[in-house]
Amino acid sequence: MTKKFLASLLFTALLAGCASGVKLDDVPVEDKSATSSGATTQGIDSNTSGAQTGVAGVTVDKSASGIGPAGVAHVVYFDYDSFVVRAEARPVIESHARFLQANKQRKANLEGHTDERGGREYNLALGQKRAEAVRQALSLSGVSESQLEAVSYGKEKPAAQGTSEADLAKNRRVEIRY
Amino acid sequence: MYDHGFRDFNDHHTPMKLDFLRIGLLPWLLKWLVLSVVVSPAWAQFRVEVTGVGMTQVPVVMAPFKGEAAAPQKLASIVQADLERSGQFKGLAAGTAVMDEMSRPDWSTWRQLSAEALLAGSVTRLADGRFDVRARLWDVVKGQDKGDFRDTVSAAELRLSAHRIADWVYLQLTGTPGAFASRISYVTKAGGRYSLWIADSDGEGAQSALSSPEPIISPSWSPSGTHLAYVSFELRKPVVYVHELATGQRRPVANFKGSNSAPAWSADGKSLAATLSRDGGSQLFRIDLGGGEPRRLTTSGGINTEPAFSPDGSTLFFVSDRGGSPQIYRMPAQGGPAERVTFSGTYNISPAVSPDGRWLAYVSRVGGGFRVHVIELASGQVTALTDTSADERPSFAPNSRMLVYATLFQGRESLMTTTLDGRIKARLAGQGGDIREPHWGPLRK
Repeated sequence: MTKKFLASLLFTALLAGCASGVKLDDVPVEDKSATSSGATTQGIDSNTSGAQTGVAGVTVDKSASGIGPAGVAHVVYFDYDSFVVRAEARPVIESHARFLQANKQRKANLEGHTDERGGREYNLALGQKRAEAVRQALSLSGVSESQLEAVSYGKEKPAAQGTSEADLAKNRRVEIRY
Repeated sequence: MYDHGFRDFNDHHTPMKLDFLRIGLLPWLLKWLVLSVVVSPAWAQFRVEVTGVGMTQVPVVMAPFKGEAAAPQKLASIVQADLERSGQFKGLAAGTAVMDEMSRPDWSTWRQLSAEALLAGSVTRLADGRFDVRARLWDVVKGQDKGDFRDTVSAAELRLSAHRIADWVYLQLTGTPGAFASRISYVTKAGGRYSLWIADSDGEGAQSALSSPEPIISPSWSPSGTHLAYVSFELRKPVVYVHELATGQRRPVANFKGSNSAPAWSADGKSLAATLSRDGGSQLFRIDLGGGEPRRLTTSGGINTEPAFSPDGSTLFFVSDRGGSPQIYRMPAQGGPAERVTFSGTYNISPAVSPDGRWLAYVSRVGGGFRVHVIELASGQVTALTDTSADERPSFAPNSRMLVYATLFQGRESLMTTTLDGRIKARLAGQGGDIREPHWGPLRK
């Protein structure tokens, strides 16, 4: 059941317009199809473990990110249930706008995030709204739309793990990544 | 009881016993019978946690299968756990009785236990390494044979065979097809890695289909059960993939600028509905898997997401905040005027339509909690199925009689099944770490 899958093609596509010089090696894909699955099957020959037949495992490796403007915050926070870029975030937005205008070959990913309350897909859509608010602010500051991509992680990547209001506030954010 | 079992075996198997004698297998046979008495009560493997009490549960005796002590799977306990999870049956201990499908039941023994049905069977390793699985079901009240079951499977398929027996018993005793011989997919997060798993409908026998350092969400079974669509963040953004389980071959089918998410298969398996933000906002599109430009289905501003097809493919249910709060709407599958479906509450998401088209399950915020509800589409009547506070992503069993959903159980993300009246819930077995994003697949062929 050996299965070769060239994830590297995808990364090449991602980097096609990025001249930041970040070097990514080919991404190896590990075949885990023969791996036994859990405590209930330990010590039993994999052929008789009762694990699913006809499922070939695939492993994906980590992607790298580039470097943006030095000494500038890359996170913009939002109020609960809000998609409005706060006034206090204005200097951060302006710094990134200047960097992107001075480096027209660079691209920024605007990654929207939410707190943990509610469904994953609906939070993905809410995080998208936040990312698009930052995209619009950068665009209004003169950055070309072709340098910007607004995406969302929804609630999948909280910055703080706790459930206090302070933790939740840290998670309602847009990260500006290069 | 050992003596009783052996005598019973003799009474009905004289020709077979002679066959065994002729080929010199009697010592092996004796050892095998002793083993099945000593080892058979192996129920500890299963984690069915029934948290409610049903009104009418048919008491059924499921005797350990003859030969299962020497087989890789304990079939009777798998069948019993399946039937109990359905909420419609109560397993009764068989004691130390040794039975198989050829036995003549001692009716008085089982009637004393108030059993209404009795299942017994055998599992025998064949010369080619496969297993011959046989079972018989009796109506204890009437003292009648209700039919027999036979299956020949590989060792790896013994659990599947047990689920097929459970489906067969379910059909015999309820008149409705069972759905135990189906699979669920789910995602685990453990040690900083995300894995997509395929498991039996009871959560056991899991096999990893994908492992990634970045989140995986929204796995969705193709109608054929051969492929999954899901959202992976491995490219540092949400991209929709279609993944062939048998080969591990996967390809991005929606990797447009912005976010790509919430895949749902059309009934013919030839296209997906999904949420794309490439035009700004979150809008529903139809994506032909044969290629071609995605076709936009919604035009309202704001959020349109979580598409779910009706079983006949004519209607698309989805979530929209067009009215100011997230609610479930429906529209023609090709796009068109939308009609609101949920009216109570200010946060209703994650619609799932039952395969028989009768029910819509969804998550509703009640107070501060997110709970699975079902609405009977014809009457509009809503039933809350849980009293937990962080339920997510319900989906229906292929026979429309049960749901699987994610929730928090003792602080861990866990998967639960529930009957449609909410009375019987069971926590599914699974891998370590947080378990989430379940989706119940079609019946296996």
